[in-house]
Amino acid sequence: MSQPLLQVDDLHVQIAGRRGIVRAVDGVSLEVPAGEAVGLVGESGSGKSMTLRAILGVLPPEARVTAGRVLLDGADLAHLGNSQLNKIRGPKIAMIFQEPMSALNPVMRVGSQIAEGPQVHLGMNRRQAAERAVDLMRRVGIPDAERRYRSFPHEFSGGMRQRVMIAIALSCEPELILCDEPTTALDVTIQDQILRLLTKLCRESGTSLVFVTHDLPVVAQVCDQLAVMYAGRIVERGSVQEVLTEPSHPYTLGLLRSAPDVDHPRSSLEAIPGSPPSLVSPPAGCRFHPRCKFAEEDCTVTEPPLRLIDAGHATACLHFERCLDELRTEGADR
Amino acid sequence: MSTLPDHAELPGAAGPAVLTPPPDGPLLEATDLAVSFSLGSALAARMRHEAHVLHAVDGVDLTIPRGEALALVGESGSGKSTLARALAGLQRLDRGKIRLDGKVLPARRSRADQRKIQMVFQDPYSSLNPRLTVGGMLHELLRVHHVVPGNEVQSYTRELLGLVGLGEEAVQAYPRQFSGGQRQRVAIARALALRPELLVADEPVSALDVSVQATILNLLQDLRAELGLTLLLISHNLAVVRHLCDQIAVMYLGRIIEVAPTETLFASPQHPYTQGLLAAIPRMTFTAESDVPAVQGDPPSPLRIPAGCRFRTRCPIAQPICEQQDPALTASASNPAHSAACHFAFGPVPPREPQAVEAGGPAGTANPATTSEEGARP
Repeated sequence: MSQPLLQVDDLHVQIAGRRGIVRAVDGVSLEVPAGEAVGLVGESGSGKSMTLRAILGVLPPEARVTAGRVLLDGADLAHLGNSQLNKIRGPKIAMIFQEPMSALNPVMRVGSQIAEGPQVHLGMNRRQAAERAVDLMRRVGIPDAERRYRSFPHEFSGGMRQRVMIAIALSCEPELILCDEPTTALDVTIQDQILRLLTKLCRESGTSLVFVTHDLPVVAQVCDQLAVMYAGRIVERGSVQEVLTEPSHPYTLGLLRSAPDVDHPRSSLEAIPGSPPSLVSPPAGCRFHPRCKFAEEDCTVTEPPLRLIDAGHATACLHFERCLDELRTEGADR
Repeated sequence: MSTLPDHAELPGAAGPAVLTPPPDGPLLEATDLAVSFSLGSALAARMRHEAHVLHAVDGVDLTIPRGEALALVGESGSGKSTLARALAGLQRLDRGKIRLDGKVLPARRSRADQRKIQMVFQDPYSSLNPRLTVGGMLHELLRVHHVVPGNEVQSYTRELLGLVGLGEEAVQAYPRQFSGGQRQRVAIARALALRPELLVADEPVSALDVSVQATILNLLQDLRAELGLTLLLISHNLAVVRHLCDQIAVMYLGRIIEVAPTETLFASPQHPYTQGLLAAIPRMTFTAESDVPAVQGDPPSPLRIPAGCRFRTRCPIAQPICEQQDPALTASASNPAHSAACHFAFGPVPPREPQAVEAGGPAGTANPATTSEEGARP
């Protein structure tokens, strides 16, 4: 396999909280190959957004990277200063946030916000950058781009704002775009428009994506690879197809079972009992064992490492065969 | 005159079960409901060439059969939450009538009427009083509405909490001590405390994590089976709706544009908007087959509702007639339970607008939303 575009290596992020140190990200390793889309899935508090923010060095002030490396083109982003990071943000990595209204500058014209990146990073003059911005606005499907160039963010709908965010992200032709739940705040039909637009544009330009979401069907539509996070760790990763059809961690299985599937209605949903653990003092052994129906003695003692069970498919469960067994018996019942 | 005792007055009624034997006819029947909000000054609006009255709900007829679960789906701004609030008596009506058990509810509802329709809200963090314990909150409610005699308040509270899967220790606890899922259970217990005949749940699981959503959805399902509760569920999540509801009503810009039994709607949606909505759901298939989105454009502002059919600006099959005539919600000849408000429902459909601009043209000209401006015409 060729060198991945982005390599996250044993990343640790800690937050100093009132009740102690919160280990929000606790040893995450992740590879993003060039031109691929990697989904990062988990519930709130699983550390997926913190991982994303750590990659770009935009952690909240109380959080910091305590160990690990974030390698992009050989440079370790985790140990770069802000001025050096600023040279990478934009032309190398861009980010799209969940709430475009709070990510856009409310008192700056939309077009100028899109043109800002090319002026700073690509050395364009004002006119060139403005032309590029109008062109980008057309590409992301904003009607009447010349006129809307002079609009302010509040004059746009939620979907159109997210299109502006995508235009800003693409403005410096980055190699990697980080997306933090970019469609969670949008309606279904608008989500559909944005997801199709994003995948199309990234495919055309060969841009890689890291896509954070809690929505498995969204990942199935957008991503090639998938990593499932629980309590600050990756518990399963592999190709989207494999992980979703042969989930090999009880948590992944639980996520799939607990959400109603629009195409295959079931009589009752199987909820995951309990709630996610505290990240100040996570349970010993496997962090999922208090909620796991397959848990054994050894799960309470040994912290299972993420190990390969198939080419490219890894799980951090000591008894992953049971997930597959259960899927098989269920398949036989149908 | 019916001699049936109102179950509220039954002294030792066991549990919050609805005991009234069902009379004939639907539980709730709403006709021609309209709710509008006026925004700012009329003068300023006229200078901006905009309406200053927002018609959030604009002539809605809705029937909920007893014991059934009806879902109200639609995008934000479609008026589904306003409609729900209007039914629950939290929003003043411009016009229209709400009949419950055949009796018209007055604009100012009596306490007894208020009890019959209860609501569960989306955000369990802001819909519970942070300064009241769960017990305190329920006791107050039971006292004010005289649901049970004073000496039974304690035991009834415990029973209610048991019903939603919370232990006795919850009585003493404050909302902040619960997780999101548990708070939503408290909110459901609060709604059930008054033994409502209709439970209106406005996006009850949208604020919860996926694994927790399932417990609340299962709870609602169990409660329906146990109590014979009638449910109006407002949701944008069609998977949740399909899982829980018998019937679906689809709203667009303040109107119901299609109603059908759940499986009928999924099998043969008639309105182009419903078709688009169903196609837009992210699915567990592994590739996005096409770059063309299921529905083009943004919904128009409720301040500038298009003349004629409200969906025509985004509709792939819009014809000149759609601009001239507002289609009424009409039932299918073969299935009276299935209605749609489209000139071409249940019949031959004109060819779809070729979507060449979006699909074919070079990247620079892709412009999916322009069709909405001119009112697409063949």
